[in-house]
Amino acid sequence: MAASEYIIEIQNLCKSFDGIKVLEDINLKIRKGEFVTLLGPSGCGKTTLLRQIAGFIAPDSGTILMDGKDISGIPPYKRPLNTVFQRYALFPHLDVYENIAFGLKLAGVPRAEIDKRVKKMLKLVSMSDYEDRAVDSLSGGQQQRVAIARALVNQPKVLLLDEPLAALDLKMRKDMQIELKEMHRKLGITFIYVTHDQEEAMTLSDTIAVFNEGRILQIGTPTDVYNEPQNAFVADFIGESNILDGRMICDRKVEFIGNEFECVDEGFGENVLVDVVMRPEDIEIRRDQSKAVFFGTVTSCTFKGVFNQIFVNTDEGYELMIQNYRKYEVGERVGMMIQPGNIQVMRKERICNSFDTYMVDETHVELFGESFECSPVAGISAGDAVTAEFSFRAVDLQDHQEDGVVGAEVHFILYKGNHYHLTVVADDGTHVYVDTDDIWDKGDLVGINIKAKDIKIRKRND
Amino acid sequence: MKRFFAQAYIWVLLILLYSPLILIAVFSFTESKVLGSWTGFSTRLYENLFAGGGSGSGSLLSAIENTLLIALVASVVSMILGTIAAIGIFNLKGRKKQAMTFLNSIPMINPDVITGVSLFLLFVFLHFTQGYVSVILAHITFCTPYVVLSVMPKLSQMNPNIYEAALDLGATPSQALRKVLIPQLRPGMVSGLILAFTMSLDDFAVTFFTRGTIGLDTLSTYIYTDARKGGLTPELRPLMTLIFLLVLILLLVINIRQVKAKKKAEKNEKVRRYFNSRAYSGRL
Repeated sequence: MAASEYIIEIQNLCKSFDGIKVLEDINLKIRKGEFVTLLGPSGCGKTTLLRQIAGFIAPDSGTILMDGKDISGIPPYKRPLNTVFQRYALFPHLDVYENIAFGLKLAGVPRAEIDKRVKKMLKLVSMSDYEDRAVDSLSGGQQQRVAIARALVNQPKVLLLDEPLAALDLKMRKDMQIELKEMHRKLGITFIYVTHDQEEAMTLSDTIAVFNEGRILQIGTPTDVYNEPQNAFVADFIGESNILDGRMICDRKVEFIGNEFECVDEGFGENVLVDVVMRPEDIEIRRDQSKAVFFGTVTSCTFKGVFNQIFVNTDEGYELMIQNYRKYEVGERVGMMIQPGNIQVMRKERICNSFDTYMVDETHVELFGESFECSPVAGISAGDAVTAEFSFRAVDLQDHQEDGVVGAEVHFILYKGNHYHLTVVADDGTHVYVDTDDIWDKGDLVGINIKAKDIKIRKRND
Repeated sequence: MKRFFAQAYIWVLLILLYSPLILIAVFSFTESKVLGSWTGFSTRLYENLFAGGGSGSGSLLSAIENTLLIALVASVVSMILGTIAAIGIFNLKGRKKQAMTFLNSIPMINPDVITGVSLFLLFVFLHFTQGYVSVILAHITFCTPYVVLSVMPKLSQMNPNIYEAALDLGATPSQALRKVLIPQLRPGMVSGLILAFTMSLDDFAVTFFTRGTIGLDTLSTYIYTDARKGGLTPELRPLMTLIFLLVLILLLVINIRQVKAKKKAEKNEKVRRYFNSRAYSGRL
């Protein structure tokens, strides 16, 4: 493909702060005129990436190309892009007009031209009557309009927006979303938009890049990301979903929640463990129970405006979230089915915890900087390089950090219909994956215990 | 009764505080050598003061000149150094920031005599000729922390992205400093300047130890020497009166500015409320 198709190309970009990796191997190509959203929870690195594109911070490694040229040596004031900041960052000592004219004055644009362009911008953001007003006297929404005008008046090739609507109330945010979309259509320049609001990302973007923990998990159109999430995090973060453990029996046949289903996925192999995602609106409740595939009892039904949100306990013991226009009574028996096309099958990222480590002595292995007891294996002695494996279920979480061999913090929680799949970060920073029936909250401090018989030791040859 | 005592208390306090000043002001309009004997109204002392005459002859006037010049140079330099230091300290993180803020506060708490003696020893150690320059350097040393202290709050109030916003719009770092950062910090810088100026005017101990032996006198050292020679020059009375008036005016100006700024902020708030209520009922 021609290099000119992409206005911005980010290649193998990495960034750390104080030894903590904030961005890892980021690759992203942005087309001219595209509306790209960097979406992710707070602290996922999306703002850091935006600030590197703007030039406020430099990447540790990797390159950012603009129109095919490396821009890493160019200071922010020479880059042909402008930023709309999260909290507006207007200049309080200047009035609305002077704020917008700031960049043009610096660029030495003639006075008459400045006047024309500022007035045009004020009109674009519907703030024509406000040019003499002090920025302190404007509401949040109005300040944001001025901030957008101040950036756009310089006719940047790319507009960077860092959570620009985060400080506005819901109604105002919705209105501004429509206006932003309209501005993007009218001006035809590239927008790179950072947000943690998945709905906002859906509404605005041509392309969404989903971030978590410094990595891009998926890049795609809003429809792609919603309908075909590539992993459990994306499925959970974007919209509501039922995420369940499953097993691919063979092509087009998957087993989960104790039933076999037809699906459209192929090429996973036979008897492979997978994650299955179903959107709540895709589980159909059948009045004619002969057409249903599985059955359950309604445990709650909440009216949400357009639809009712229903929780059903299936006979096999799984809890499912369903969205339906009809109202169901608590305790009502229902039959359900799912269309093959609405079952999204994803390869599991891992099926057990596995760490490359060393033996402390014959019966102890080093894990997370601590020594864990394990069953002795013939031929393996102290100091040997080994791989230690243990299942998600083998990890026993304690209420108090000191009750465990090592302390850890609950980092991410995924409900799998009949149990929770947790990501727990041990004190040394290692991620441990845990299946549990107990309810934990994000941020809970826990202790980790693993029974000696559950740790499988294998010699490593390197 | 309670009210009466409260009122009486404040009046007694005010009289105690201000009677010396009023006494000097009143007796600046008479010619008598000694304070306390009224020899009829006269503006002779004022005339003497400005003619450079009087029993202290020209040295009083030159002491005034020295004081003002030293205060001016020291406060302007302190303002610049202090502002730069404040920006630097503000951008530090965690422990380093705490440590620097702490180090900045020590010279302010430190007794003047100790600052003076230690600077004196430093100049001697460095074989630095003591005179004008050493006094100015010494004054900059103890004035700068006050500027840092008055600029810091302005930095914390500022939107952290404002400097980046200026860069983003095409300003070079120095343009961003001049066009965005300094206008934001100006109120803090000005109050720091005024503070530094008055600290310098006021100083005796540090000047006394660092002025050397060339006979450099500021107002405070002049008065000290004069008093030791026996009796104060009568021309000091009109001088004190004038300084007091000057300080009074300065204080009034600062207060009025503050009131005005507050009113402006309130007005902006009102305008915003008005326009918002109109916007919701009308256009949007």
